[in-house]
Amino acid sequence: MPPGLKSIAHWLVYAGLIMFAGGLILLGKADAVLVERLRMQVSDPLAPVLNALSRPADFAADGLDRVRGWVGVTEENERLRRERDDLLLWRAAAKHLEAENAGLRRLLNYVPDPEASYRSARIIADSSGVFAQSVMVNAGTLAGVAKGQIVLDGAGVVGRIVGVSGRAGRVLLLTDLNSRVPVFVGPERHRAVLAGDNSETPKLIHVVPGETIKVGDDVVTSGIAGGFPPGLPVGIVVTVDDRHITVALNTDRDRLEYVRIADFGIATGDVPLPGRSPAAASRPARPAAANQKDGGPIGAPPAQRADAR
Amino acid sequence: MTPAIWSRLDVIARRLLPAALTAALVLAAALPLHSTAARAMAPSLPLIAVFFWTLYRPDLMPAVAVFVIGLLWDVFAGLPIGIGATVLVGVHAIATLQRSFFNGKSFTVLWLGFAVLAAAALILCWLMTCLYYVTLITPARVLFQIVTTVGVFPILCWLLVRCQGLLPEQT
Repeated sequence: MPPGLKSIAHWLVYAGLIMFAGGLILLGKADAVLVERLRMQVSDPLAPVLNALSRPADFAADGLDRVRGWVGVTEENERLRRERDDLLLWRAAAKHLEAENAGLRRLLNYVPDPEASYRSARIIADSSGVFAQSVMVNAGTLAGVAKGQIVLDGAGVVGRIVGVSGRAGRVLLLTDLNSRVPVFVGPERHRAVLAGDNSETPKLIHVVPGETIKVGDDVVTSGIAGGFPPGLPVGIVVTVDDRHITVALNTDRDRLEYVRIADFGIATGDVPLPGRSPAAASRPARPAAANQKDGGPIGAPPAQRADAR
Repeated sequence: MTPAIWSRLDVIARRLLPAALTAALVLAAALPLHSTAARAMAPSLPLIAVFFWTLYRPDLMPAVAVFVIGLLWDVFAGLPIGIGATVLVGVHAIATLQRSFFNGKSFTVLWLGFAVLAAAALILCWLMTCLYYVTLITPARVLFQIVTTVGVFPILCWLLVRCQGLLPEQT
């Protein structure tokens, strides 16, 4: 081929590729579901590779964590002892409330929320950076994971499953700029929406003017709009100023290695109606907190985190 | 006959090395680091590899391979599909245009050239992502990523130069 023609062919290849890429970008805008499926199809064969490769990375991180632990072990012990004393008081209060709640629910013939089922999974890839905040877990449709399920760790909500393939699931973290979670803030349960912005501290938006949100207020999911069940711990308010209210998440991103994927019956769209299933109705009424204590994400000891491979 | 097949396979494997290594860097960048600080500082390694191989072994780093690596980057970096591919193909095009300029120049010139190109590429990536989501992503972290990517360039180059010895002769 003469050099002139060759160079034209060369630039045509570039033009073709850029147009193809542009087409994919537009397709992603037009049909997000299709593109998410494509993304998961590409990830799926590589999931076992990432699963194997992420183990040494986890091991190194654990080692570092251990060394860091030795340095401050005395202070840490002291802090934990204080925290335990504090929590023992809370435990007594919780027991009292649990009994009271159970009594009141019996009086009202309260139908309990449907119980969730949980799966454990390990994080095998971390795509959180400047442009996105998502992670990949080594559990997919083969393990019963479905789009829309809630991802939690011992401290609270981590994110939500946005894409699944056979062996992998993609979790959109609460910090991602596409993440929007309706929440209740503080003891007065002010309504707001927790919006990620790719930074470590998501913001509260759609706060009703005049409502007083203070630093230190707890943020829990409200269950409004149906994406998340109500009452899951999310974080605490850390800064309040004229323009932004930022929230520090309960989950420690740096130590996130295993997560629990919860199926609250929201994922498939068939939210179990109260009393519809006889099994749910015949179950003894239990307060939500107790429910989470023995089946749920809160306070689950690390020993229970079975590796779902 | 068997030795001939093996040597053929050997040559094919060696020819695939640059693209395979770049794809491996894309995967490596997605491994969990368990450190938000490290995550925020993470350099964009595929950018360096694509730039390097386009300049030194263009025969083994064709535009189509760069495009596929770009799609892989989109998948594993969580970018909207197509943005990473556009940026990497752009980097490949500019590196191809400037190949004769970099030929025989000192490493400092190469480094400076890369700094300009990396900044342009990551800013383009940021701009396209902002437009895609119709929102403003804090630019500070992008600037930070440019700095770390440019900073890690000599180290990765040193490693890639070592790999160059494994490659078959340029035809």
